[in-house]
Amino acid sequence: MSDQSITSPSAIPDTRRRVPAGRLIVYAVALAIALCLAFAPFLFPDVRAQEVAARICVFIVLVASYDLLIGYTGIVSFAHTMFFGLGAYGTAMMLKAWGPGFDAIMIGGGLGVAAALVLAVLIGLLSLRVKAIFFAMVTLAAASVMMVLANQLSDFTGGEDGFTYQVPRLFSPAFKLVTDADGKVLRLFDVPLNGKIAAYYFVFLGCLVLFLAMMRIVASPMGTVLQAVRENELRAEAIGYRVVSYRTAIFCISAVIAALAGVLRAVWLKYVGPEVVLSFAIMIDILLMVVIGGMGTLVGALIGVVLMSLAQFYLKDVMEIAAEATAGVPLLPDLLNPDRWLLWLGLLFILLVYFFPAGIAGTLMKKGHHR
Amino acid sequence: MSDRFSLRTEDLTIRFGGHAAVDGVSCAFRPGELTVIVGPNGAGKTTWFNLVSGQLRPTAGRVFKDGRDITALSPSARAKAGIGRAFQLTNLFPQLSVLENVRLAVQARQGAGASIFRRAARLDDIRDEAARHLESARLAGVAHYPAAALPHGDQRKLEVAMLIAMQPDIYMFDEPTAGMSVDEAPAILDLIAEIKKDAAKTVLLVEHKMDVVRALADRIVVLHNGELVADGAPDTVMTLPVVREIYLGVGADDEEEVA
Repeated sequence: MSDQSITSPSAIPDTRRRVPAGRLIVYAVALAIALCLAFAPFLFPDVRAQEVAARICVFIVLVASYDLLIGYTGIVSFAHTMFFGLGAYGTAMMLKAWGPGFDAIMIGGGLGVAAALVLAVLIGLLSLRVKAIFFAMVTLAAASVMMVLANQLSDFTGGEDGFTYQVPRLFSPAFKLVTDADGKVLRLFDVPLNGKIAAYYFVFLGCLVLFLAMMRIVASPMGTVLQAVRENELRAEAIGYRVVSYRTAIFCISAVIAALAGVLRAVWLKYVGPEVVLSFAIMIDILLMVVIGGMGTLVGALIGVVLMSLAQFYLKDVMEIAAEATAGVPLLPDLLNPDRWLLWLGLLFILLVYFFPAGIAGTLMKKGHHR
Repeated sequence: MSDRFSLRTEDLTIRFGGHAAVDGVSCAFRPGELTVIVGPNGAGKTTWFNLVSGQLRPTAGRVFKDGRDITALSPSARAKAGIGRAFQLTNLFPQLSVLENVRLAVQARQGAGASIFRRAARLDDIRDEAARHLESARLAGVAHYPAAALPHGDQRKLEVAMLIAMQPDIYMFDEPTAGMSVDEAPAILDLIAEIKKDAAKTVLLVEHKMDVVRALADRIVVLHNGELVADGAPDTVMTLPVVREIYLGVGADDEEEVA
């Protein structure tokens, strides 16, 4: 008989749930990131940094909503940018058609989100019963069709070039959000409180609400059921959960959140095109961010997105500085030439995956936890 | 329409290719009765279980719960209808904590699984109930460990605790003490004996250990090559020539076919 069973349960000392150090580190980092984003316009006032910060906000939501699928429920989908794109294109096309206004954002965004929901229901009901690999293929096909449509229907979508449009005056840099006694735009910490600030906080708060909603979902009874489905589908079914319903439900929720992220992206960018909201390059970015951050953690999305975005936007700059600093040394300046940034990015990924096999948040949170 | 049987199978048959793993089994069970199902390897005990709890669909025949035909229902619908099943091969949610494993079963029964924006009061009830089940399964000390980290014996206990948490009308145990040490098996058997006291519950148990069978069984059903060959009180069934023949031919090996 198994003598390993003798060790339990009296030999296991502590019954209380301890908070491992790794978990604290992850939460501290996540909080730091959230605070940086909350005060980004004042901490990093230059234009490019604001672009990066706004993109990070939206991508955190996008990646976290993808984590609901792949990390929590074990659903592999390649259609996530399709839903993102639907929200963005809906908003953009309506803003273009009706001119700048919140009505256009509400109606256009609403239509985009509704379209995403309908598609998600269809894809979910038709194909979440089949094996994971077939489902992945179906989502890939749907995403490809959407891509072709966006490229071909250029009268509506601007084709490959996409199109630009106006957003409500509140969000334009010329808008004076807060004025001083002279009617000039008020400056806080030397940062003008203009429409750009309003636009950033529109995006930031929207993303915050969506992220908190997702935190709530994974902490809810449903969140546990989703993990149960991932862990052992047959048993989940055997104790009374209709697995197909739960899969379809989370696929729809995730699609709606991705579409809402698309709305925010469209309002910020004042431009849509396949390259920025629909392409498979973005899908791959999302996948990498989820994997680097840590699947099934949600807070991993913050870490994954920040790390990857900083690398994408600033690695070249860092390398340029490094190349200049090592100008005298043979070979090194060539290796550190900014043109080779993809090489270093690739190397960075390999190292991350090697040292953090469950993603940064995932691996750290498991540390100190008994295996 | 209702009958006095809580569970009934009618000509239940499943064929895999030409082989009938379960062959025309008609059998009925009453509340308050504990039936042990015995039979040699490959007799179709686990397959019959799978047909009743819905993991497999029969080639022919029907399953009734309290007189209602449930043959077409999915496993989850059957679980909701009151058929609870523990598995022979440990079948848990390995990365979730022990408490969460049981909580999921309680939550499924209460239909709280779909709630997203509810957390506080209702969940406390669910958690407290789950904790009580862990207590009675003597697993309270490991409540926050991932299920996968438990030793085999505790995983078996958890398996049983999850079934009890479902509070079904029909309890189906598939070799609950398989692979457990001699000191641990009684904990599980006590739990089963406790369920047996409730006159409203029907208990089905696949078991090989004869001392267990003698201690618990009100009735024994013998399966052989997918067919029901004997059914009756323990004393009569175990002395039947056909049963002795089956058992003498096979020996008392405790292994069972894979589900």
